[in-house]
Amino acid sequence: MASALLYDRLQFAFTATFHYVFPQLTMGLALLLVCLRTKALRSGASHDRAVARFWTKIFALSFAFGVVTGIPLEFQFGTNWARFSTYAGGVIGQTLAMEGLFAFFLESSFLGVLLFGEGRFSERLQWAASLLLFIGSWLSGYFILATNSWMQHPVAYTTGTDGRVHVDSLLGLLANPWLLWQYTHNMTAAVVTASLAMASVGAFYLLSGRDIAYGRTFVRTGVAAGAIASCLMAFPTGHGNAKQVFEHQPVKGAAMEGLFRTERGAGLLLVGQPNMETMTIDNPLEIPSALSFLVYDELYAQVKGLDAFSRELWPDNIPLLYYSYHVMVGLGTIFIAVVGGSLLMLWRGMLYDARWLLWSLMLLAPFPWIATTAGWMTAELGRQPWLVYGLMRTADGTSPLVHSGNALFTLLGFLGLYLLLGLLFTLLVIETIWHGPDHHATQQERGQESVTCGSGT
Amino acid sequence: METLWFVLLAFMLTVYVVLDGFDFGTGIAYLFVSRTDEERRMILAAIGPVWNGNEVWLIASGGLLFFAFPRAYAAGFSGFYLALIIVLWLFILRGLSLELRSHFNHPLWTGFWDTGFALASLLLAIVFGAALGNLIRGVPLNADGYFFTPFWTDFQPGPEPGILDWFTLLMALTTTAILTLHGANYVVMKTGGDTARRASRLARQSGWTVAALTLVALSVVPFVQPTIHNNYDAHPIGWIFPLLSVAGMGLTIWAARHGQEVASFGGSSLLIIGLLAATAWGLYPNLLTATVGASANSLTIDNAAASPHGLTIGLKWFCAGIALVALYSVSVHRLFWGKVPQRDPARDRR
Repeated sequence: MASALLYDRLQFAFTATFHYVFPQLTMGLALLLVCLRTKALRSGASHDRAVARFWTKIFALSFAFGVVTGIPLEFQFGTNWARFSTYAGGVIGQTLAMEGLFAFFLESSFLGVLLFGEGRFSERLQWAASLLLFIGSWLSGYFILATNSWMQHPVAYTTGTDGRVHVDSLLGLLANPWLLWQYTHNMTAAVVTASLAMASVGAFYLLSGRDIAYGRTFVRTGVAAGAIASCLMAFPTGHGNAKQVFEHQPVKGAAMEGLFRTERGAGLLLVGQPNMETMTIDNPLEIPSALSFLVYDELYAQVKGLDAFSRELWPDNIPLLYYSYHVMVGLGTIFIAVVGGSLLMLWRGMLYDARWLLWSLMLLAPFPWIATTAGWMTAELGRQPWLVYGLMRTADGTSPLVHSGNALFTLLGFLGLYLLLGLLFTLLVIETIWHGPDHHATQQERGQESVTCGSGT
Repeated sequence: METLWFVLLAFMLTVYVVLDGFDFGTGIAYLFVSRTDEERRMILAAIGPVWNGNEVWLIASGGLLFFAFPRAYAAGFSGFYLALIIVLWLFILRGLSLELRSHFNHPLWTGFWDTGFALASLLLAIVFGAALGNLIRGVPLNADGYFFTPFWTDFQPGPEPGILDWFTLLMALTTTAILTLHGANYVVMKTGGDTARRASRLARQSGWTVAALTLVALSVVPFVQPTIHNNYDAHPIGWIFPLLSVAGMGLTIWAARHGQEVASFGGSSLLIIGLLAATAWGLYPNLLTATVGASANSLTIDNAAASPHGLTIGLKWFCAGIALVALYSVSVHRLFWGKVPQRDPARDRR
């Protein structure tokens, strides 16, 4: 049974992580696409239209992969976590069903308009479709995070006589205080991912000396949006998240900061390796009193360490939790530095010639994905040993009759299948970037010509 | 309130099968009715803008089941564990086949995704047919309300059945035939030329197969699951649903002979609606029927439902949500109505 639990956890973690590669790009791009299409609508310039078309193509690819990898997640609540579903369905069934009804229908209806509408519908209609896609994808994120927020911080529920939980107030569920910082933090991170992807493609064009006009637009847009989003990601959203963790989940807070002992004036650990045998940090490098100040706005405030809690409340993989958190924070800091520096150079008119900075922007593209994955690992590893914080333990949520052989079979299947999907997506994105925005524009024109000829006969 | 959600759930699933059913049927018919790349593109263009939206009906139904009847969702999804995960893999294959085919114009690339689309559609039709068979036959629920079925045991619908036995295989075959007919009707309605001619021949052939198989399947159902009679005996008005499907069957065969493409498609839709409604009528109030002899373990709308308060809350947003869904569907269909899709010479000829 223990190994079935392990495989169930690995399978959900893997499929959720892999799935989230795509939605973060789609949600971020959805916002940027609304901006790009608004600009194209206003100026009517063919350059702006080609820019919007190019990123719609990447958006569509990412959307398609996001859809096919997203369905398994909704099914896995039932397949692998049946006792959890029985227990909590009366609450989280609400938000998951609402996501289907309010977000998925909206997205799937209007993606068709955007993709099949090129050359058939007016610019204005396509602009409206991209706006609706933005609303749909951000709503989808909202309902999913409302579900996750309830698991992190259960509110608005009552427990029935049979031990199952039931929703008490829908408004309470949708306005979970946890959701404010979690949603804003997550969505600004999605914008960082998309902005840096855009800046990276632009930097690639500029460095290769091709599609210069497009490259400059991509870099400019990506750097500007990325600078705003990465600052918002740190403050206030990241800061707000950390504060609420220390308020409601102090064990998670202590574990992710690597704070073994309760201290007054606790330092903020920058680097170091948690040693679980001696309960100390090897090779520590810390800013004195900074943690106390960040959490309680006071230099000598007391911060509870792991020793303040009994062991069965500790997250079960503290080193991994600690590293995830530090990788996320470290990368976030690097984003602010590189994108902030680029914005400064852009303002001074020197960015397009600063090859070293363009190189940094180009190479930065994969790192937002690592940062968001690390962030989600912090949230979810830190929630352990609970499935629903304080209410249900992860070990009590599995499907009672799905044994480890079955779970391993499907885990291996997902690993193999998603490896192929990852390669396929990379191949198609590289192909799209390689051909460039103009290639797509000419293809469209050819398509339109053939339609015109066809309707004449 | 629980009954209302049972009806709404049956409604959502029926819409799903009618809509995504023609996508599956189109996929099954795909390689048989097309010869050239041009013809294949034409067929793909017919389902291209709609298949994703059709699939959402299944996801929304799953969400509604989770919300309204959490115990049935948990038991059903974990009980059919292997089959469901394989369904998920097939959905990935189907979705990517449709989305990625046009990215490179190389015969090996397009050929691979063509086969993927056809194969995934065929297997999904078979699996969904078998799933329907399992719902009717019943599953070995234990006293806690969980079960687990392997793919097969001895192929008998006894107390320890597998997902596949002779009865569910019969249902799988029947479903595949019905969806092939339904898809062929859709292709006839949406395309022209040689493709439509081949599709209409396929529809005629599958029409008689469907009639024969449906008759056999309907006649063995009472032997496999005797309780399905009860609601019909108590409320004979329910016979309207089987009659509806017979009418649909008749309509599609008649309309196909007289070249009424839309009516023929409507007939096969009616056939599906009638059969599913008849099944729901027979199963009510069970969501997951236990195998014969253990009927006390069945999951019904009463012992599997969420709290009445939760169901009442849900009804409010469901009404708002389904109105929005109707609004999107109507506006999107109006947008694509009657216009000539790109690279679709067949529609131009009409």
